[in-house]
Parts: sequence; C-alpha cells; structure tokens
Amino acid sequence: MSLDSPPPAAGPQVGADEWVARQEHRREYLPSWLGTVQQAGERLGWWPKLVLAGLAGLALPLIGLGGFQLQVGIDSLVVALLAVGLNIVVGWAGILDLGYVAFMGIGAYGFALLSSAQIGSAGIHLWAVVSIPIVMIVAAIMGLVVGWPSRRLLGDYLAIVTLFFGEAFVEFTNNVAPGTFGGPNGIPGLDPLRAFGISLTSNESYYYLLVIVLVVTMAVLRLLETSRTGRAWQAVREDPLAAASMTIPVNRVKLMAFAFGAMVAALAGAIYAAQQISVFPGDFDTPFLIVVYAGLILGGAGSIAGAATGALVVMVILDGVLRSPTYSGYIFYGVILLTLVAKLRPWRRLGMVLAATIALGFAAHAIAGAISATAVAGGPQSTGMIATALRDWVIVPANPQTPGKFGFVLLVCLLIGLVQIQGRWRTILLVPAIYLASFVWETILVAQPSVTRQLMIGAILIVMINARPQGLLGKRRVEVPV
Amino acid sequence: MGFFFQELVNGLTVGALYSLVALGFSMVYGVLKLLNFAHGDLYMVGAFVGYFVIQWFGGPQALSIPVPLLLVIMFVAAALLTGGMGVAIERFAYRPLRNAPRIAPLITAIGISFFLENAALLLFGGQFRIYNTPDFISFSSGFRIGSVSIDSVQIMVIVLGIALMVGLRQLVVRTKLGKQMRAVAADREAAEMLGINVNLTIAATFFLGSALAGVAGVMAGLLFNQVTNTIGFLAGLKAFTAAVVGGIGSIPGAMLGGLLIGVAESFITGYVSSTYTNLLVFALLIAVMLVRPSGLLGQVRLQKV
Repeated sequence: MSLDSPPPAAGPQVGADEWVARQEHRREYLPSWLGTVQQAGERLGWWPKLVLAGLAGLALPLIGLGGFQLQVGIDSLVVALLAVGLNIVVGWAGILDLGYVAFMGIGAYGFALLSSAQIGSAGIHLWAVVSIPIVMIVAAIMGLVVGWPSRRLLGDYLAIVTLFFGEAFVEFTNNVAPGTFGGPNGIPGLDPLRAFGISLTSNESYYYLLVIVLVVTMAVLRLLETSRTGRAWQAVREDPLAAASMTIPVNRVKLMAFAFGAMVAALAGAIYAAQQISVFPGDFDTPFLIVVYAGLILGGAGSIAGAATGALVVMVILDGVLRSPTYSGYIFYGVILLTLVAKLRPWRRLGMVLAATIALGFAAHAIAGAISATAVAGGPQSTGMIATALRDWVIVPANPQTPGKFGFVLLVCLLIGLVQIQGRWRTILLVPAIYLASFVWETILVAQPSVTRQLMIGAILIVMINARPQGLLGKRRVEVPV
Repeated sequence: MGFFFQELVNGLTVGALYSLVALGFSMVYGVLKLLNFAHGDLYMVGAFVGYFVIQWFGGPQALSIPVPLLLVIMFVAAALLTGGMGVAIERFAYRPLRNAPRIAPLITAIGISFFLENAALLLFGGQFRIYNTPDFISFSSGFRIGSVSIDSVQIMVIVLGIALMVGLRQLVVRTKLGKQMRAVAADREAAEMLGINVNLTIAATFFLGSALAGVAGVMAGLLFNQVTNTIGFLAGLKAFTAAVVGGIGSIPGAMLGGLLIGVAESFITGYVSSTYTNLLVFALLIAVMLVRPSGLLGQVRLQKV
C-alpha cells in the first residue's frame, strides 16, 4: 500500500547505491541514539550478529513454549532454511526457480526411503549422518538434470521448466510405484534422525537442531557469497552478457546455483520428514512454494539475513498468530496503523485521516442501526479488546457472509483506485478504504484464517515488489538508465 | 480406427481451448516479455462468470432466454470482465515494474495468480460448481461420422476457437492496432519515439489476451461441465507449454502448440493411461526445447548488446 511516493533523496540518485555510499562514507544514519545503535550494529560484523541471533533462538524455549508454539517454531525454521537456500537461486543468481519445493520433496522422500521399512523386506535404516548427505547429493544431481535442458535459454524458459518439474514431482509421487512411494498416502513410520547411538525424538530436540543447522548454513552461505563463485552468481544476475565477456562461464555458474539451492532444500526436506515421521506428496505442492517466496521477498532477495528473517516473520505471523482471532486482529490493525504513520505526512494529514475514519465509522454504524437492527446485529468477529473497541464502530450484519464478499470485491477495486490517483483525492478515498478493510476483516476474513493467510501471502508478493523491491533487509539497487 | 478419430476430435476440441489461452499468454509475452502467471486464473474467472450467467437467467433447467442468446451473453460477459481485469492487473501490478529487473514482475505475477485463486476460494467456496450443460444443449444434437460422434458443444468450441484465432491473426496483421502491437513487441523505445502510445497498446494487448482467456474459461465450463477455483493453474501451465512448444510470442505458434498439446494429451489418455498425461506432456515440452529451443514456429532471436 504505497500511499505517497518517497521524497527525492538528496544527492545523486543514479550510481550511488548502498555499496558505493558505504564505501565512500556517504551513508546517512537515523537521527539521535538510533543512529548510534545502527552504526554500532554495522561495526559488529556479521558473525557475532549471527551467533547472537542463534543464541537467542536457542534460548527461546526456556521462556516456556507450548506444544503448538514449538511446532510453529519448527515449521518456521524449516521455511527459513528453505528461503536461505532459495536466496542462492533467486537472490544471487537471479533465476526464477518454481520447482524449488520439489527438491525439498526429493530430500524428504529420499530420507524416507533410506530410513523406513519401505524398500525390501526389512527396509533400509541408515544413520542420518549417512542418509542426509546422500539425499543432498541426489537433489543436487537432480537440480543439474532439470536445469540442463534449458541451459542455453533465457531465465523465462527455466521458470516454466521448473514449474512443470514441481508439478511433475507431485504427480510422480502420487501415481508412480505406489509400493515404493506410497501414492497419496505417502510413507509413514520414518526413523527419527539418529547417529552414533543418539536419536532425536522430542520436538524440542528438533527445534534446537534446526536452529543450529540454520545458523551453520547461513554462515557457510555468507562465506560463499563473497567467494569467487558467489561473486560470479551476482555478476551473472546483473548482466549475463557482461559476465560472459569477463570469462565467467554463465551457464555453468547458473547450474551451480541451481544445484546448491537444491542441496539446501534437500537438507530442509530430510529434517522436515524426520520431524513429521511421515511424508506426503501434498506437502510439496505450489502453495508451499509461494510461502517460501513470500518470506524471501518480504525479507529481501539477495540478503541471507533478510531471507531468514522474512521467512520467520511470514511463518510465525501467518501460521501462528493468524489462527487466534484476538492476536490476528492486533496484527491486522497494527499493520494498517503503522503503514499510515510511516507513509502519511505531514502529521496533520494523518490526524485528519484517523479522525475522519473514526467519525465515519460511528456515523455509519448509527445510521445503519437506525434503519435496520439486523444490519448491525452481528458484532465484530474478532475477540478481546478489539471487539470491545469496535462494537459500535464497524457494521457487521447478522448474516455477514454475502455483504462481506461484496465488501471484499469493493475493497480490492478501491485499493487499485487508491494507487492510481494522487493528491487530495487519495487522502479522501483512504478514509472509506480503511473502514471497508475493517468491515471485510470483521465480516469474513477473521473467520477463515486459512484463506486469509493465502490472500496475505499473495498480497505480500505483489505489494512488496512494487513498494519496496529490496525487501525489509535487502540492499537497494539503483538502476542506471541506459 | 473409430477410436483413433474419436480421440483426435476430443484432442482437437481441448486443443482449441488451450490454443485460446496460449494465444493471450503469447501476446502478452510478445509485448512485455513477461510470463503472465495470472493468465490461467483469468480463465478460471471466465468459467465462473459463465456459471453465474446461467444461474442469473434461471438455471440450466429453466432458462428464461433462448440458448443461443444465453451463450452470447456468457461469452461477452466473461470476455469483458476478464479483459477489464487483465487491464487492471497490468496497470496496477506490471506497469510500475516495466523497467525493474526481469525477475520482479514474474514474482508479482505469481502473487497475483495466488491472490486470484484464493479470492475465488473466499468468494465462491471450494466446492465444484456444475454447469449442467446437457440440460440446455443436448449432446445428441451433434452429428456422427461412422462411429465418431461430435456433439454440438465440441463443434461450437472448435468453430469459435478457430474463428477467434483467425480474427486475432487478421487484427494483428491488418489493423493499425496490430501494427502498433508488433512495433511495441519489436522495440518498445523505438515505438515510443515514433509516436505510438505504448501504454495504450500494452493495455489493449492485455485486454484482448485476457478476454480470450475468459472465453476459453466459458468453453471449458460448457465442455467439462464443472468449475472450481483451482482449474486455472493447470490450464495456465498447459497454455505456457503450448506457447513454448509453438514458439513463444508467435500467434500461429500458439495455435499449433495448443492443438498439439490437446491432441497429444488425448492420445496419451486414450492409449496409455490418464495417470501419466501430465508427466508425458512435460516430457514433450523438454523434448521440443532440446531440439528446437525457440519452439516449432518461433524465430531465433539474436541477443543485442
């Protein structure tokens, strides 16, 4: 929801990107003590920050997470691991890989076959330290095989091939050799991760393992980023032709990115399978892929910390918080308020918009109530403090489904309109838009968290790319006009 | 032999449908060099529009207007709505990114596709909506040649599909708008310098392409008899394949690719097994890309510096 275009920054816009600015000590910091903290953070270097974040992650269960919170944490860490791996392909090499979760599926199924009773009469029960490297290598080879047919072609073709590969993987595991792959029922009864006589069975142990694996992977990738190969990836992303004339083997470098991404995905898949004790074809379908993409884009493609943070935020909010009607309300109204505070200037205009919205709500509620009692009989479907605050403000009819659906369509049209118009009318239209958003939220969205979650993920992808393509933590890239 | 021709007819029908979706996809790729992943979802929207038009006029059993008029209203309503949505999507999501790195609009397109699919889930629910085509278009009203039967819906799909494709071809080759489209596809900046309204041309392309997807959606509803919010994804994927097999950006290529995919699919389902249809279509895509990377009718483009 970009409300106002950002004010033009002082100094030259072209050519002075984040990297140049930092090299020339031309970077501006936030005012007052915030700037000092920012500078101190920059001086700290990457590995102490990573270690600190890892320790914080390890300490988190000590405050007493319940079973549900721990499961959300585990899922979030798996997605963060995937996002960090996807960052190699999408963020660094600039290839759109739409079959990425299939590589996770290969890791999960490979691990499942190597540590269950599925193959042969007694099955294969390898140690995790043996089976996980095997599935990672298999996934990397599969990555090469998938990327190879499109090696001469543009990224677009690769996107289609990978998308089809992802679909084909789901079809394959669903239909081919049900004796081995289990068909739609998947493979049940996997061994836990075990090695040297230790086996991980509790959810806590998987949580700790995932934090450690994520931190180690991030450290390895950080080293890879500045290595010869990492720099080659980024050169190919910026301009394949220029990279080729600098003697970088473009196709080989792209395929390598593909294989590396697949390896990380397979690692995540194997741990995921062991924690779930089973694998199903449906776990590796497109909706899951979009979640990983949303995390990566939100955090900032191209930045390791961004990818991990974005994925954790998306998963914790959308899988954990959104399920509770009370907390999801806080997030929803909080994000609206924060966006308004960040984007509406001067303060006077912000105050006017908020006052007008509040007045509009009470007036509309009073009028609707006077005309027909059933029009306001529903009451907000949020619970807790928000419901109390909004009871006399937002109109919720006794049967909210149909009006909510019409409100949703109207809201989408209104938001598209908001982006198109400028100036005073935009500020004026903002008021009914906020009210309508609240109306739609209270009538239908809050009652259907699973659909809302998907809609939010789609919206994250659209809005972030348009409003802030570098994501929350990524570096801004300044395009030099040709 | 009868079975062979029956499968051929079925394949051509489905192929005509894929061709229409692939055409719009290919046109958009031509002018913007963008894989519009939301295209398949506009097809889904078109199918829903057709369903609601039938319900609006009294449902399949008790139609209040004659069937030909109903069909015209279905097609026009679906084309206008999806065309308008296509223009809105372009204006809202793709135009701001026209000079961004190539990967950015692709990700937005995925986001739009996902958003549309789930908005439809929110608005229409997840259950299948049934067209009940046989209630108002009798399946026996077609004709038979030997043991091969072609029902009237299939005839309509093939005839309308070919008519639209020929019409579009004429539009692109003969009219001023078509000339503008080709100019924008060849070089957007040069076209702008020559006084072509690039934004308008791109919007028109999106309108036409999306409207074709909407029409194809109604056809799919009539043909397969059921609609749900997830039908767009696979149809979009098949259309991408058709466009790539035929040569992306080429209109005859999209037609040929669509028909080829449709017929191949039909024969695989008929002679091998429906389980492996999608896997084998995928294999076909890979094979074509290995032998002719620019598609069957595509032209090899030299990379300019």
